[in-house]
Formats: sequence, C-alpha cells, structure tokens
Amino acid sequence: MSCKELVELVTDYLDEALPASERDRFEAHMSNCVGCTDYLEQIRLTLRVSRKIEEESLDTEVREGLLEAFRDWKSRSA
Amino acid sequence: MSGEVTSTALPGDSDLIRALREGAEDAFAFLVGRHHAHLVRAATNYVRDPVAAEDVAQETWLGFLGSLDRFEGRCSLKTWLFRILFNKAQTRVKKDTRCVPFSTLVGEETSGEWASVDPSYFKEPDDAFEPGHWVEHPPAWKTDPVLILEETETRELVLKAIAELPPAQGTVMLLRDVNGLDSAEVCNNLGITDTNQRVLLHRARTRVRRVLSQRYGIGH
Repeated sequence: MSCKELVELVTDYLDEALPASERDRFEAHMSNCVGCTDYLEQIRLTLRVSRKIEEESLDTEVREGLLEAFRDWKSRSA
Repeated sequence: MSGEVTSTALPGDSDLIRALREGAEDAFAFLVGRHHAHLVRAATNYVRDPVAAEDVAQETWLGFLGSLDRFEGRCSLKTWLFRILFNKAQTRVKKDTRCVPFSTLVGEETSGEWASVDPSYFKEPDDAFEPGHWVEHPPAWKTDPVLILEETETRELVLKAIAELPPAQGTVMLLRDVNGLDSAEVCNNLGITDTNQRVLLHRARTRVRRVLSQRYGIGH
C-alpha cells in the first residue's frame, strides 16, 4: 500500500469499514510512515474541531415565535 | 423538569420527551437552544437559501411537536429532528424547480476521479524505489493541536469550508462530524447507501482538512 493509496482509505479506516486484511496493511503502513501518521492526525484533528462546533454553538437566544408555536401546540393538544 | 434544564448534567431524551408531553415549555426552549442553529445550518446547506432554510427549520419544530406521540425512542431525539428536517427540505426542494433532488446530487458528487491530496505531492507510480509515496512528508501543522482545537477561528474556518462544499457532501459532514450522528443514522435519514455516504464523507473531510492545512501548514 502506497501513501497515495492510504490517504484514500482513511475514512473507511476510521469507520472500521475496511476488510481485515486491508486494515492490517493500512496499520502496517502507518507504523512505518511518519508522513501518513501526520496526515491521519490532521484528519482526526479536523474531526475533533468539527465535533466541537456542536457544543460551542449553543444558541442561547430562543426564538419567541417558536415558543409561541409550542404554546399553541400545547393548547390544541390539551 | 424546571430547574434541571439549566444544571450542568444535560437532560436525557426520555426526560425531555416526558416533559414535552406534559407541556413543559422550558424543555422545548432547551431543545430549540440546543438544536435550532444546527437545523438551520443543515437546511441552508441543502436548500441554499437562508430564508427558506429558516422556514424549513421552523416547519421541522412544528412537525416534531406533531409527531411527539409517535416518537418511540428507537433513534435519538436529535436524529429524529434531523430526519424531519430532511423530509421538510426535500418537500421544499420538490416545489422549487431551481433546486436539485438530493439523489441527483449524490450521484453527481460521488462520481468522477478523486484525489484527497494533490497528486503532485506523491512520487510517480513508476518511481524505482517508493512509487506513490510522499515526495516529502506532508508538512506538520505549525500550530499546537490544543490551540487549533481551542481557537474559535478554527471552528469558523471549518464551518465556512463545509458551507462551501457541494451540498450532499456538506450535508453528510454536518450530520456525521458536526452533529455526531453515526453512519447508519445518516444513511437512514438521507436515504443513501453506506458506500455513497462514505464517499461523500471522505471527499468532504479531505476538502476541509485541506482548508485547515492552508491555514496551519504550508499548503496541501
């Protein structure tokens, strides 16, 4: 497996979707390749940043219109 | 439920559903605060019009309240919300002839050649010693990962990069990587195959990594 091939398998690897033999070759390559190790770390970091967006962008301003819709729903379903 | 919502331990889905069924407005306000911005973002990514996206998100909440009795907890409440959102967005897109159906987008965005990294960064396939290996190692990002993770700017960069992705790729990356749905939930919500889901996600992630690399590395 070359580096060029490995970078195309990163998502399958992280999703544990690689067949066992392919996963072994992926990991064997990684254990010997600084470049691909760095690349995978960059992908992982990209994912950690992405995941942080959900936590950080809580919207404190709750729209009054939606709360009104809720009251409306409540009175109709009561 | 009142009071508990503001505590540090977040209420679970079953508590929220029970509270909503009892008509607790603070439970609804909590959910809106937590998910509305993400629903709008996902809708914008697909319908490509901020006003229509806001409408779709509003309709989603109404649809959610209307379906509360039918919610059986087989998926998470968040997944359920995104499923309703996608259905509302699809309906919207069908009415608007300028918009492309999602299935068409998936076909377009999963076809063709793809290179996650510019091929010029790899040695030629006929290289005598290391065909397809890095010409030189991809430059490590110059900034400490902890700082990259903490900086608001990074999150803004990632969001902007996702917004600029082709719509189906952006939708999958938002659901998977930003909102944390798993692959089965995303396939189910969007009605796409696991293979297509992964191709879309892969293309999306590599594009977003490249944007961060341009900011924190030296290019590719």
